[in-house]
Amino acid sequence: MNLNFDFMQKYLPWYLEAAVLTVKIAFFGILLSLLVGVVCSVVQYYRIPVIRRIISVYIEISRNTPLLVQLFFLYFGLPKIGIVWSAEVCAIVGLAFLGGSYMSESIRSGLESVEKSQIESAASLGMSKLLTMKEVIFPQALAVSVPGVCANVIFLITETSVVSGIALADLMYVTKDLIGLYYVTDEALIMLVVFYLIILLPISIIASFIERRLRYAGFGN
Amino acid sequence: MENIQLQVSGLIKRFGTETVLNGIDLSVRKGEVVVVLGPSGCGKSTLLRCMNGLEPKSAGTILLDGEEVTSDSKKIAQLRQKIGMVFQSYDLFPHKNIMDNITLAPVKVQKRSKKEVEQDAERLLKRVGLWEKRKAYPRELSGGQKQRVAIIRALCMNPEVMLFDEVTAALDPEMVREVLDVILELAESGMTMVIVTHEMQFARAIADRIIFLDNGKIVENSPPELFFTNPQTQRAKDFLQTFAYEKRRTAIN
Repeated sequence: MNLNFDFMQKYLPWYLEAAVLTVKIAFFGILLSLLVGVVCSVVQYYRIPVIRRIISVYIEISRNTPLLVQLFFLYFGLPKIGIVWSAEVCAIVGLAFLGGSYMSESIRSGLESVEKSQIESAASLGMSKLLTMKEVIFPQALAVSVPGVCANVIFLITETSVVSGIALADLMYVTKDLIGLYYVTDEALIMLVVFYLIILLPISIIASFIERRLRYAGFGN
Repeated sequence: MENIQLQVSGLIKRFGTETVLNGIDLSVRKGEVVVVLGPSGCGKSTLLRCMNGLEPKSAGTILLDGEEVTSDSKKIAQLRQKIGMVFQSYDLFPHKNIMDNITLAPVKVQKRSKKEVEQDAERLLKRVGLWEKRKAYPRELSGGQKQRVAIIRALCMNPEVMLFDEVTAALDPEMVREVLDVILELAESGMTMVIVTHEMQFARAIADRIIFLDNGKIVENSPPELFFTNPQTQRAKDFLQTFAYEKRRTAIN
């Protein structure tokens, strides 16, 4: 394989710019999906009537439709009812829509792993529900949820490649663009893979470090 | 009777169709130590759990200092500050060290100053010989140590009544003593207590009054000496016999 390094160097700035966009969408999308996840999981955990049903429906829709379809819906569908969002906003909201359900399920499994006796013991100390959630349930749930949440973070970053489908110039989009323009398939794809690895490897390493820390710190009674 | 701190009347508790407590009437005077005995499944724990509103009651009233204990009331959190409860499984918060376990509720619930609570905690931890463990996490402690911390955690709320739900049931035999000693000391200091236990010797030593529960009813309510030497009902006799049998077996060995 003969790689055209001049080409790679020339279009490096394109990739850098695209990487920034990918990271930006991933960052805000994941942040938002964590927020959605926390709210949904807490509602499910406390079995709050009605809202809980709505959230179950959301989780099923979110998990059982492809991200590309969700993005098309936001980008091409919503304008038909008068809601026009930029492609970037659509990408972030789409990612949060998808990620929210995954995060919710991971966090919920953590919440439900906290023993009932912990909650009763907090209650017997006169702690309110909110205080119990904040001081007793949530910190313990976190330790259980983290591996799942980390896996979701990585999954969602890789999913950002789909936003090229609504004409956002992310890494995937730039790659397809360059291949289409110059037929430099090898170079473009190698750069794509390398850039994803540059973004994802450190996150993977940090995630496994956090997981290890939590495991060793293993609360265990 | 005067000075009644805890008054239970006509308490009924059902789980589905099963009636676990079937009309309990019981009053506990200030400073009194009441030990609840009975075969397993007789509703001892349920009775305690009703007393601090962990179980909603099906009928009847429970009054603490004349205030109604209801599990659905918003006031229950307020009321629970007056009733300390210690469980069989310790239930310390595993993610907090010993000191934080103790100070959490007094600081966040009662809004007392952290310094003041820590002074209380220091005094109590020193008394039970666990001051050195203040920075340790619950997992680093033995069962007996954890249970002593759990007692201190409840005490730091300055409760008026303490409820003990089989607090030594999960402990190795040699650790039972260190926990029971703390409770004995507490009784001497005049704390009002309701204790569920299977330690008969301990019950006899600490109780001002023994309540014997069977099938959700109080079948005996008598001073410990009377109860252990001359139980009034056949049911209580049979119950005590099971412990005597254990004793004979060890005698043969």
